[in-house]
Amino acid sequence: MSEAGPREIPRIVSSRWDLEDGFTLDRYESTGGYTALRKALDTMTPAQVGEEVKAASLLGRGGAGFPAGVKWGFCPPGVFPRYLVVNGDESEPGTYKDRLLMERDPHQLIEGILIAAYAIGCGQAFLYVRGEMALAQERLAGALNDAYAAGYIGRNIMGSEFSLDVVLHWGAGAYIVGEETALIESLEGNRGMPRLKPPFFPAAKGLYLQPTVVNNVETLSNLPWIVSNGGGAFAELGAEKSTGTRLFAVSGHVNNPGVFEVEFGVTTFRDLLYGKQYGDGIRNGHRLKAFIPGGASAPWFYEEHLDLPLEAGAVGGAGSMLGSGAIVVMDETTDAVKAAWRVVRFFARESCGKCTPCREGTAWLEKILRRMIDGQGRKGDVDKLMDVCDNISPQITWPPKQTTICPLGPSAVSPIASAVLRFKDEFEALCQGDAEVSVAINGKAYLSQPVQPEQPEPAEAPA
Amino acid sequence: MARFTPENTTLAQEIIDRYPVARSAMIPLLHLAQEQDGHVSDEAMEHIAELLDVTPAEVLGTCSFYEMFKREPVGEYLVNVCTNISCLLVGGEELLEHLEDKLGIKAGSTTPDGKFTLEDVECIAACTEAPCMQVNYRYFHKVTNEQVDEVLDDLSAGRLAHEVPKHGTLSRVRQKVAPERRARVARPNVNVEPVWLARNSTGESS
Repeated sequence: MSEAGPREIPRIVSSRWDLEDGFTLDRYESTGGYTALRKALDTMTPAQVGEEVKAASLLGRGGAGFPAGVKWGFCPPGVFPRYLVVNGDESEPGTYKDRLLMERDPHQLIEGILIAAYAIGCGQAFLYVRGEMALAQERLAGALNDAYAAGYIGRNIMGSEFSLDVVLHWGAGAYIVGEETALIESLEGNRGMPRLKPPFFPAAKGLYLQPTVVNNVETLSNLPWIVSNGGGAFAELGAEKSTGTRLFAVSGHVNNPGVFEVEFGVTTFRDLLYGKQYGDGIRNGHRLKAFIPGGASAPWFYEEHLDLPLEAGAVGGAGSMLGSGAIVVMDETTDAVKAAWRVVRFFARESCGKCTPCREGTAWLEKILRRMIDGQGRKGDVDKLMDVCDNISPQITWPPKQTTICPLGPSAVSPIASAVLRFKDEFEALCQGDAEVSVAINGKAYLSQPVQPEQPEPAEAPA
Repeated sequence: MARFTPENTTLAQEIIDRYPVARSAMIPLLHLAQEQDGHVSDEAMEHIAELLDVTPAEVLGTCSFYEMFKREPVGEYLVNVCTNISCLLVGGEELLEHLEDKLGIKAGSTTPDGKFTLEDVECIAACTEAPCMQVNYRYFHKVTNEQVDEVLDDLSAGRLAHEVPKHGTLSRVRQKVAPERRARVARPNVNVEPVWLARNSTGESS
């Protein structure tokens, strides 16, 4: 961690968030809006736009973190139409950024969609917004209507040969639809269940079995800046493989919960949790117990991980993931069993039911944890929990192995393995003193040991 | 409580026409039915089946997968309290308990006067504004018990009608495209390279 804290960086995606009218076309145009699209259409070929995005090394911001430019290149040549599907189905617990991007700067997203569709050669784009987000739908509908009327969307955009319709679509309440093949199923009017792999990427066969690129809202919102300033300028920010800036939502037991745009790859968890301009430390002067670094699916981190940079490789190497940029902070007063149960209940409720290990496994995990909390824990319950986890994700390792066709089931293993190994005494108290585990657990974050068990106070917040 | 009104039937057809394959309009039409009636009735699902040329069972199959579609009437106001991790940590459960006491019902049920339905829901993406809740999918951030009481009173007295429309109404702005601005619906079986891509030599964005 640098002594001075994170350096000043441009706000790439959140620059209009503080503006009362940042969502309007007038404000968007008066603050540089749609100039990147103009630049792309007037001076760049689709291939050149693709090259800039590759040069930017823009990693997908939805959770999996796959390079966007590379993903675009997976579309097989000569097969048309290609579709662009925008994933605005933000639902991972702790994640709160795409809704803000849609509500406060909808035109930036629309411009990103147009730039991507131009580069990929998409015949039509579908903007899939989470069903529960009524205001985001309203702002996007208004923005789309205005942008159509102004000639930014539709036939012969800005007088060019480029034409594109963007269809606003929204879901109806199902976390699993955030998985890209489930999103496509939902968009086809079906139950939102993930498709069997391969093909691993919808770029080969996606919507209506045509080549389809599915990109996250934040990913696309970066494109206007990249086209305006160049992929190189973007790649200069951040770390070698985690470039640009990124939005992180810091929630839970911090003094100043919020969504912050920080330099990707170099800012540390300590900066974000304790920095005055960010989380501003743990509430009531309490000590940190654990934190979730990347949404409910991610294995938990502890004090010894605070100095890791927010960089995909570093976090992955330590046994967890940055996922969707959701950091949930738990202080020393947190009931670890309760916290694990609540996250597991989420996965049990949201399992689509297609794969047995997930459908049955998550439900049993939830029931066993619930009976422990209700004072009816039995000897051997903890071992049973880990046995079920091992059946869902063999060897309980990281990245998790899957017995299912999507990662939802294995995600339920993360909170349990995290809580059981680190806070064994809390489980013992609920299981008649028996929290023995006979199943092998291999994930690095699960096995992490406190460096100094009796650290006095959390480090001073950086200036 | 029934099939689409003539006005909504026209709207339904407009929605269908936006998609390359009619079936993609399934969820939008289910939302339209819920907007019309407050819930999705069997008759509405039959009408949707006719419009999309699928069976009513297929419509039910899709409808029943999604949490937001209610196949029975719910209260005038659907109050959704998040108790997932970020909210749990700062009082989401206590907020839900307060609402249960105040309304005299358990989560998952409706008050006898049909005014309020209370739900214990999963993350609604307001994690840094916890604890949070939605009423008919309109957000209330960092809510205290006192604020909840006030919101319930205001809702009962009809003072929040401008902010909280009736259950079933999501976006109050509809997507509208003038015919001359519309590009095209890209049908999956028409393999034509877009003109701006074809113009640029190899035609591949690599």
